[in-house]
Amino acid sequence: MLLKKRERESAEINGSSMADIAFLLLIFFLVTTTINVDTGIGMVLPPPVTEDNPPPPIKERNLMKILVNNAGLVTMDDEPTPIDEVQTKLIEFIKNPEASEELAVSPQAAIVSLKTVRETPYRIYIDMLDEVIGAYAVLRNEAANQNFSREYSQLNQEQKKIVDDIYPKKISIAEPDPE
Amino acid sequence: MAHFKKKQAGTKQEVPTSAMPDVVFMLLFFFMVTTVLREVTLKVKIDLTKATNIEKIEEKRLVSYIYIGPERLPNNKLGNDKVQIDDSIQEDIGAIRQIMYDKLLDEQRMIVSLRVDESSEFGLLTDVQEELKQAQTFRINYSTKSEATRN
Repeated sequence: MLLKKRERESAEINGSSMADIAFLLLIFFLVTTTINVDTGIGMVLPPPVTEDNPPPPIKERNLMKILVNNAGLVTMDDEPTPIDEVQTKLIEFIKNPEASEELAVSPQAAIVSLKTVRETPYRIYIDMLDEVIGAYAVLRNEAANQNFSREYSQLNQEQKKIVDDIYPKKISIAEPDPE
Repeated sequence: MAHFKKKQAGTKQEVPTSAMPDVVFMLLFFFMVTTVLREVTLKVKIDLTKATNIEKIEEKRLVSYIYIGPERLPNNKLGNDKVQIDDSIQEDIGAIRQIMYDKLLDEQRMIVSLRVDESSEFGLLTDVQEELKQAQTFRINYSTKSEATRN
């Protein structure tokens, strides 16, 4: 008699709270997730200089020496330059439109050397590097417009490579002199 | 009239909610996959500087970080500039070479992201870079925030 009265428990698992659990997890991951992408200035370091691997010889005219001191004052090939003129001067040096004897033989040969002292704050160093990269960005955009009549950022991989070969980014970061 | 009324009663008013858990799970999986849990506690202060001509690092899996900045001391003071890799501060700059070389062996296409405080001096950075050259980790990235273009 007693057994008969007892109701049968249902065999299914109650799934109605599943959505709540999923929501809870969802909110946790929503809060902890960081979608922001890392941005920065990409560079490739040169291999270390050793006895049997000396740096290649460079012609003086192909090298643009940029010196920055710890106050942010700039000289380009021993000429004091305000920082907002650096970019235009660099473009002139790399392109050398009047084929001057002083400036780079060709854009492919041009090398920009950046040198500073140990005390320079990182901010000033990055500002300087930014200007140099900016000069190359302007030049590459120009070349992209000429050859493909499009902005550099809209080119495909092969076209980018062609433009990169016209204006290879040759930036050398010189080590500061030991004191 | 009665005929019309009958037809209307045939449709249900409620929205079916039985698919909701599936939708939520799908969102959940999306966030689970894209999420990157912050795995290091910073022992140095990092205020990134700004730059205009920057690029994005698309493949986060390849990135390994080096932090350079003034050390955080107890009671909110800042000490000298230090280098932090993973969870610990590296007092010995010469040890960086081995650490980074080991990491490179795990991932050949590794990019080293240098997160340097804006007021840190270049000298320490160049020492670290010299170590990176020795460790054959040539691909680096100076982490910066983006600045609106001036042109």
